[in-house]
Amino acid sequence: MNRRNAMTALAVLVLAVIADALLSRVQGDGPKGAEAAAVWWLLAGWVLLLWFVLGRLAQLRGRVLGLLAPALFGLAMLYLWEIAVVGWDVPRVLLPAPHAVGEALAARWGALRADFRQTAVSVVAGYCAGCGAGFGVALLADRYRLLQRGLLPLAGLAGAVPIVGIAPIMVMWFGFDWQSKAAVAAIVTFFPMLVNTLAGLASVDAMHRDLMRTYGAGHLATLLKLRLPSALPFVFNALKINSTLALISAIVAEFFGSPIYGLGFRISAEVARMNVDVVWAAIALAALAGSVFYGLIALVERAMTFWHASYRS
Amino acid sequence: MRTEKPSWAQSVGPVALVAAVLIVVWYAAAVWLNAPQVIERFDGIGNPWGARELVDATWSMERPVLPAPHQIVADWWASVFGADLDSPRSLVYHAGVTLSSTILGFALGLALGVLIAIGVVHSRVLDRGLLPWIIASQTIPILAIAPMVVVVLGSLGYPPLVSKAVISMYLCFFPVAVGMVKGLRSPEVLQLDLMRTWSATPAQRLVKLRLPAAVPFLFASARIAIATSLIGAIVGELPTGAQAGLGARLLSGSYFGQTIQIWSALLMASLLGVLLVAAVGAVERLVARWMGAAA
Repeated sequence: MNRRNAMTALAVLVLAVIADALLSRVQGDGPKGAEAAAVWWLLAGWVLLLWFVLGRLAQLRGRVLGLLAPALFGLAMLYLWEIAVVGWDVPRVLLPAPHAVGEALAARWGALRADFRQTAVSVVAGYCAGCGAGFGVALLADRYRLLQRGLLPLAGLAGAVPIVGIAPIMVMWFGFDWQSKAAVAAIVTFFPMLVNTLAGLASVDAMHRDLMRTYGAGHLATLLKLRLPSALPFVFNALKINSTLALISAIVAEFFGSPIYGLGFRISAEVARMNVDVVWAAIALAALAGSVFYGLIALVERAMTFWHASYRS
Repeated sequence: MRTEKPSWAQSVGPVALVAAVLIVVWYAAAVWLNAPQVIERFDGIGNPWGARELVDATWSMERPVLPAPHQIVADWWASVFGADLDSPRSLVYHAGVTLSSTILGFALGLALGVLIAIGVVHSRVLDRGLLPWIIASQTIPILAIAPMVVVVLGSLGYPPLVSKAVISMYLCFFPVAVGMVKGLRSPEVLQLDLMRTWSATPAQRLVKLRLPAAVPFLFASARIAIATSLIGAIVGELPTGAQAGLGARLLSGSYFGQTIQIWSALLMASLLGVLLVAAVGAVERLVARWMGAAA
């Protein structure tokens, strides 16, 4: 086993060395004639070796070791992207190389940070308002059956409707600043939260409910001690879905009008100027923020629903 | 505290009630939100006004803050049935433009998602290496690059239909890939072992066991995917390059303050979304009957 690991480590080292050599070959005018053929063969060999290493890494288990395969896969994809863009001289407007995106991120950091802050404020405000309202209405609808029968089909309908189209109206009502984006995010996140919380509250085992009844527990006690805890996985599911939805809808709402900063504004403004690397930098920033947001919620979920079957493997 | 789903007849009454309450609230909100402008206008021309005049005026403004529901329906009706089908005044024309890229993107996304899922199920490297990235990529606001894709592909000479379909495809393939991986893995070990005793090849196992088992998962994902595909198509129409489509209609409405036009485009988009999801559901029922599932 140890020898296997040493082999794999060596293969990773060889991968890195070949990768570096390849990248320096394709820069500038690029290789000609026989050298070009050699580069092709080297690249093919590199991909084969990569596949072999990934196969080895895929067998590793454990919290940190299990991350090696996806990490290497992601790095390799970035590298192939770089090689393809640099090697074939892909026009910058079509697809910038990863290093160009990194440079744009560094060069425009001041502006992008202000954009990020603007968007983050509207996302967080809208997310909290939408999720809170959805949760509250779900509790009400759970108490009053009539409301639930009436709301649930309408909420289901809302899933088929492009709600984000409400953005221009919200911009008219609440102005160009963050309030209008927060309003869009709140409306978009409301329905998933409502539907998921109701499904979660209904997911309780009949046996458990009967047990609560034999204890003589009323609506409130049953809700607090049995039904809300068992609805938590569903609530977290909605929280995770909504984290992405809120970010996307805030950015799309910024396309309809915003102050001179905000990630959505930056994207649409730089697209118009064909500064595609800055656009990708803004997207990378949004993606990173979205992933961190999602990851934080997943961590809280793990801490609060540790008893759930999906974590007790 | 019953948990079974209420029947269709049981929910008609409550739905109608909630809808009626919403409409009443809407009319009231229209009065409340439009009143300041109307009052200003009345006072400006020195017109004496009472409650009745105020309500009438707030429900019939040309550019209201919030149009009354009947104004939206009237505008929708006029632009659906009152205009030539190929004129840019017709909502049917715009909906058709949006629909075509929605469907194309949905089909491409479905194919891509299924292919990726088959790859992930059959290759350990793709399973451990690619799948985490597919899941992580759901946190990336792909929609945010929609305008860029349209502008960039447009500058390379691709028609807007293709670039909007590319965005829809991006949005569609995530739910399909994730759902299909689950579905292709849903056959039990016992069933897979049985296939092995028959010395079925991997291809036979895929076609005769895994794919049929994945069909319910495919349709569950497809319903989500077609709704997101529509959103992708609409957002793809926002940049100035797109002259037609529901998204372009929303944008021009917001530029010129034509609130009624925005709302009727929204109504059309909602109807389109509901119809598309219902169509996927209808296909699902057909396929289920064809596959011999218990109705």
